[in-house]
Amino acid sequence: MSERRARTEHHPRWLRPRMSTYWWLRRRRHLTFILRELSSVFVAWFVLYLLLLVRAVNEGAAAYARFLEWSGHPVVLVVNVVALGFVTYHAITWFNLAPKAMVVRLGGRPVPAVLVAGSNYAAWAVVSAALAWLLLGG
Amino acid sequence: MARRSIEPVLWILFSAGGVMSALFLPASIFLLGLAFPLGWIAPPTHDHLQRLLGHPLGGLLVLSLCTLSLFHWAHRFRYTLYDGLQIKHLNEVINTLCYGGAIAGSLAAAYLLF
Repeated sequence: MSERRARTEHHPRWLRPRMSTYWWLRRRRHLTFILRELSSVFVAWFVLYLLLLVRAVNEGAAAYARFLEWSGHPVVLVVNVVALGFVTYHAITWFNLAPKAMVVRLGGRPVPAVLVAGSNYAAWAVVSAALAWLLLGG
Repeated sequence: MARRSIEPVLWILFSAGGVMSALFLPASIFLLGLAFPLGWIAPPTHDHLQRLLGHPLGGLLVLSLCTLSLFHWAHRFRYTLYDGLQIKHLNEVINTLCYGGAIAGSLAAAYLLF
């Protein structure tokens, strides 16, 4: 926040204390908020990873074999372990927020939050199983 | 008439990407990023993946997953930098890089898939 605004007769002086750049390190809640937001970086990482896989598959069996070998590299594996942690955190916080973000009404009464979140978790399970079934040769 | 803001559109893309990535990514990363490379589960053959990606529905699914996830990233990351680091003077650069990156990534995905 710039404090170097020109003072005019009619404008009061800004009373805004400068906030530390690292404000989110002070409280657990703030830190978990920033970590949740940072999960998006790993979402983007996975898109990149997926596109590299698609390109390898397009290029043929040899390129696909090279991709599999590269994906087994320790650095790539570590990034993917971290990514899995962050993306799971994103999924859980997202599904838990769903009932708060959207109040569903059935017959004039709001559907209990547990049911809304529960249906999200059920959809997660179904999608994960379908994905595994497709990839494993269904 | 008030000028329409593009913000609601970006928010809808963020939100749709949030749902898609929450539903699809944990299992995808577990299988493609860990289980297959580590040999816990035998990876799919090249033919099988080619058939999945070559199917119009498979291609469409992967494309929408990539596009929406990228816009989800762009929106969230933009505000992470905005709130977390408070670098407001770089707003324009950050917006261009985030949404521009999402558009470029989506175009790359469309090129690779179709």
